[in-house]
Amino acid sequence: MSTQTQFIGALLDAAAPVPDGLIDPEGRAAGKRFDVYRNNVIVSLVAALRDGFPALNSLLGPEYFDALAGIYVRQHPPSDPRLMNYGASLPQFLSGFEPLAHLPYLADVARLELAIRTSYHAADHTPVTPDQLAAIPPEALGNQCFGLAPSAVLIHSPYPIVGIRAKALGGNMGEARAHDVLVARAEFDPIPHILAPGVLSFLTALSDGRALGDAAGLAAEAAPEFDLSAALGLSLSAQILTERAIP
Amino acid sequence: MFDAPFPTSLPLAPGVGYKSSHFAQIMADPGPVEWLEIHAENYMGDGGRPLAQLRALSERFSISVHGVGLSIGGEGPLDADHLARLKHLVGWLSPASFSEHLAWSTHSTGYMNDLLPLPYTDATLTRVAEHIDEVQTVLGRRMLLENPSTYLAFAETDMSETDFLSELTRRTGCGLLLDVNNVFVSATNQKTNAEAYLKAFPTHAVGELHLGGHDVQSDEHGDPLLIDSHGAATADPVWKLYADLIARIGPAPTLIEWDNDVPDWPVLRNEAELAAHILSPVA
Amino acid sequence: MSKMLPSLAVASAVAAALVGHTTVANAQENEKCFGVSLAGENDCAAGPGTTCAGTSTVDYQGNAWTLVPAGTCADIELPEGRMGATLASLAEEGYEGLARDLPEGTDTAILKMLDS
Repeated sequence: MSTQTQFIGALLDAAAPVPDGLIDPEGRAAGKRFDVYRNNVIVSLVAALRDGFPALNSLLGPEYFDALAGIYVRQHPPSDPRLMNYGASLPQFLSGFEPLAHLPYLADVARLELAIRTSYHAADHTPVTPDQLAAIPPEALGNQCFGLAPSAVLIHSPYPIVGIRAKALGGNMGEARAHDVLVARAEFDPIPHILAPGVLSFLTALSDGRALGDAAGLAAEAAPEFDLSAALGLSLSAQILTERAIP
Repeated sequence: MFDAPFPTSLPLAPGVGYKSSHFAQIMADPGPVEWLEIHAENYMGDGGRPLAQLRALSERFSISVHGVGLSIGGEGPLDADHLARLKHLVGWLSPASFSEHLAWSTHSTGYMNDLLPLPYTDATLTRVAEHIDEVQTVLGRRMLLENPSTYLAFAETDMSETDFLSELTRRTGCGLLLDVNNVFVSATNQKTNAEAYLKAFPTHAVGELHLGGHDVQSDEHGDPLLIDSHGAATADPVWKLYADLIARIGPAPTLIEWDNDVPDWPVLRNEAELAAHILSPVA
Repeated sequence: MSKMLPSLAVASAVAAALVGHTTVANAQENEKCFGVSLAGENDCAAGPGTTCAGTSTVDYQGNAWTLVPAGTCADIELPEGRMGATLASLAEEGYEGLARDLPEGTDTAILKMLDS
């Protein structure tokens, strides 16, 4: 086994002995001195998860969160040095973590927190403006295609995750029903929007390249109460539509 | 091998490690701060506020890009994807300096988010020199390598850190980032002499200096164990080492690092002012 | 294959959506960069950043298999009647910490370490 393989093995397992050949100035085997590196790795990565999942930290309480994050960090250390992306597999890990099975919404709250972070760091875009939309001839609107901004993220959850997150961060929970969510970043700050029935289908269809009329038809099929005008109003105010050529 | 003129094009003035919470105040009230250091990895997203802030800052200040995750001391090959991301950042930003650490952090298991130590041997020297060559070739520029804070030693080490760094600069043409706090932390932890270390250091290759705070602990034998926490003001003995060094080698770009328990801007600016007084005592 | 919405319906929906929407002039670049944002919306949106510093904090290895969440989850009420966790509710559900069956793929070495 290579020196660095041994070193990492001992870093991630507090019960493992300190590798041979690591010494203090008197030539004695390093004990607490090696623990400095153990602490640096685990404490910094747990802190990174705390920064990335503030609502989850609040929901579980700091002591529980740190213990849970400690397990996750050892099983899933970052795959590369961009900590802004760290924790992408935490929702999946939470889904499989038996002691939290009685709080099944946690994984979806974590997905929402990840979506907000993804949106924050996503590429900038030039949104379609109301003026541009108004300039399209009425008869051509049904065949018009749009893209979605790279910073627009869609989530479906059977739980009221936007409300749970808001309450965890000190706000109000609002209505406790299933949430379709759009996370959108008009400029620099991602905002989660709770979507009315059919809007998730509508935006997904647009994103898949369906034309406006087609996407609206699909949405109305998924939810008869789908309101195209309101869906477009939200899309314009959240600035998520981008130009896409007619196929 | 890169033989470009040296040192870096950073101003011979204080800089600070950039924190986004300080953006507005740095723009409005920089005090003596003429340049900023950013961590490369925090600007490898695709867009949004981090990159917009960096573009705005770079119009006003010289920028030093400081990588924390390249794992130049790693046993395996450098992460080509990460190096490509670095090339992209350095390409569009054209920073005044690029630096990384004499340490490792990535292995097949993943990225450990810490600057892990290396034994100073011929084998390590050969590997680190190859990695520096590769970085300088891909980036098309000279880089600075920073001396680490260490908490333990390797029984197999058979050369001093200063000899190791001197040989690296000779083989690769890279410059050095001399972290004075790291010198003090390591010397205390290794029971060696910080003044002697600085006298032996190849100061002709220094392109930048770092100052920062450390925490004081002790090991299980009661021996002092300093932690390079960047969570406090620079300690008095480190200021003394720094002042003596500047008196000997002349002014050099000097960074105040404060990464944990980040203070309000006036506190950080005050640290920069202390450095400015030492850099130009008459002014 | 679904029916496409008639173009007249699409056109009138677009017209209705455009009422009240005009292109707003963007704020100055720097002002936006300052990060003044809607209160509570972007706290921590950036997620973790890097550091090149060490820490004096010692990793306290709490055991997530025997601890009980003590955060705001206790205040979350869902319509299905599943409340947040309390020790009592966990006990009612038969939760017995480590004695409970572990999920497939659980790394028992880690459990052992955390339990020590």
